[in-house]
Amino acid sequence: MEFKVPTMAELMAMGEEPEILFWVGCAGSYDERAQKITRDICKILHHVGIKYAVLGTEESCTGDPAKRAGNEFLFQMQAMTNIEVLNGYNIKKIVTGCPHCFNTIKNEYPGLGGTYEVIHHTQLIQDLINEGKLKAEGGESFKGKKITFHDPCYLGRGNGVYEAPRKALEVLDAQLVEMKRCKSNGLCCGAGGAQMFKEPEKGAKDINIERIEEALETQPEVIAAGCPFCMTMLSDGVKLKDKDQEIKVLDIAEITARANGL
Amino acid sequence: MVAQIIFILITLAGVGLFSFNARKVIRNIKIGRPANRNDQPAKRFMTMLKVAFGQTKMAVRPIPFLLHLVVYLGFVIINLEVLEIMIDGIFGTHRVFAGLGGFYDFLIGSFEFLALGVWLACAIFLIRRNVLKLKRFSGVEMKSWPKSDANYILITEILLMSAFLLMNASDAKLQALKEGHYISAGAFPVSAYLQGLLPSSAASLIMTERVCWWFHIIGIFAFLNYLPYSKHFHILFAFPNTYFSNLEPKGEFTNMASVTNEVKAMLDPSFVPAETAPGKFGAKDVNDLSWINLMNAYTCTECGRCTSVCPANMTGKLLSPRKIMMDTRDRLEEVGKNIDKHGADHQDGKSLLDDYITREEIWACTSCNACTEACPINIDPLAIIVDLRRYAVMEESVAPGSINAMLGNVENNGAPWKYSPADRLNWAEQG
Ligand code: SF4
Ligand code: SF4
Repeated sequence: MEFKVPTMAELMAMGEEPEILFWVGCAGSYDERAQKITRDICKILHHVGIKYAVLGTEESCTGDPAKRAGNEFLFQMQAMTNIEVLNGYNIKKIVTGCPHCFNTIKNEYPGLGGTYEVIHHTQLIQDLINEGKLKAEGGESFKGKKITFHDPCYLGRGNGVYEAPRKALEVLDAQLVEMKRCKSNGLCCGAGGAQMFKEPEKGAKDINIERIEEALETQPEVIAAGCPFCMTMLSDGVKLKDKDQEIKVLDIAEITARANGL
Repeated sequence: MVAQIIFILITLAGVGLFSFNARKVIRNIKIGRPANRNDQPAKRFMTMLKVAFGQTKMAVRPIPFLLHLVVYLGFVIINLEVLEIMIDGIFGTHRVFAGLGGFYDFLIGSFEFLALGVWLACAIFLIRRNVLKLKRFSGVEMKSWPKSDANYILITEILLMSAFLLMNASDAKLQALKEGHYISAGAFPVSAYLQGLLPSSAASLIMTERVCWWFHIIGIFAFLNYLPYSKHFHILFAFPNTYFSNLEPKGEFTNMASVTNEVKAMLDPSFVPAETAPGKFGAKDVNDLSWINLMNAYTCTECGRCTSVCPANMTGKLLSPRKIMMDTRDRLEEVGKNIDKHGADHQDGKSLLDDYITREEIWACTSCNACTEACPINIDPLAIIVDLRRYAVMEESVAPGSINAMLGNVENNGAPWKYSPADRLNWAEQG
């Protein structure tokens, strides 16, 4: 990257505080595909000149997969450790690149002593568009392209965020098509509830295949995602259907970064 | 006079038996753990008005919504007629409200249209279930009793409505004959068409009218007492169930307070927990679930809307959120019977997990909340699934191997994958 990603420790050493903490999340940190999304989120933050920082090696798993798998102990251990770090830095506002981190920090941390204003990166993008700071100019044109958005369960049904990601797509002047099951009726990608980390139970087909088949019905050029786990599931599905040449699976952050030439 | 005494006895028996059974149901629900859902009363009340009274979540599927609306309105409005029947029955009067004049005509007339509507709606419901065999009404859990339960309800409603209309038809004929106390009262826009089917002699007409009248009211009491055994319990429970439903974001899971104590003590040795730890983490059996979960189970209509949107179910996995609710109710009923027979401390060696709900089912859930979104009366099958997982993981340490590996990674590396925490910022160096 052409710029350096600031960490909280560095800012602190300089006696500065960021406007917003970017919570990267485990997938965003380690998963190769998701790392690209992480970098694009940083590019957007850098581009609009928001003062931000990441925790870097001080960040640890939010505990979401542990909690969904039923290990409340491990979850609360993770949560309390993270809250200590966040409170130690006097964090007020957090943006996440993952709906699971978003949900956990926003909803489950307050009861354990960690109360912050938490937004998902698509909400940040929506705000930036509304404020006129992001325009979808100077980069790749998505004009007229057929794009369909897959609602992540933990963003949509879990927290009622349906509009923000769509807003980010609307500015592209693209052709937005909805899948048959969308918004509150959306279909899971199959990764949530710790399913990401295990083999699916036996059944007629995998959930991500069902979802991809539905996505393909809209004959999209781009399938837009807003969650690193959905990204994995959808990309795998597209590959399995041998469509990865024609159809791109892109996160809203990636689309935004490309459209703005970042 | 004799008729009045019989009527009063039947009423007392009907209501008495119902409150006896209802009390048992409430005792069963109280087997559950405490849960505090007494906050935000105004918002709770609005939720109940909207979801239960206003049927807002039904509207997602227009055809059943309209049909159900007719039956629901019929149920609510025709109760005015039941009030008259009650007064007539107790005091030996006949059409006691007839004095309302034109308004009475309007009432009876609209009841007749509603009765016809309910009749037709139930007939269509029967066809959808038994002839068209809609997929939503099938599934492993929809065998034997659950299947016939639905049919019994629909047939009973059809019979009750038929009795009501036939009663009116014979009444109208008797009114025309100026027979006895059959004064001219009411308008009969629907039942008028049934008059041709009826005998013309006054004696047989009185007979028909009385038989229908008694059938109607005894039917209603029988129906009332059928509720505790049936999915039809929702006509009562939908209201408290929506009142006490979850108002927090669907994605939010509760933080177990008992665990908080232990974790705090672990992280900070000087911390002294306020209360002593409970016996069990998570749920193995119904008494480990909260009373909300148990009330949910009694409220479930077995409509299958949850199962029809469940990604696990639709891709052929064993999990069906409807079955989770039905199993919970069945097990709770079994535990209740045990208490009746052998006292509160009896153990039958069975449990909800394993004897009713298998591990394969609970591990197939993606926690996507499609089921809770789809449920027309705000039931939360996911909460039960998560509590069963909590038991499996925290009490027994029995989980799929890959889940254990993930948990180990989170514990040791602070990520669900086996990467070094030191590499967490590597992404910033590339690209
Ligand atoms: S939360 Fe679980 S049970 Fe409910 S619809 Fe999703 S996968 Fe099915
Ligand atoms: S839980 Fe709700 S949606 Fe599912 S069968 Fe019962 S009433 Fe229907």
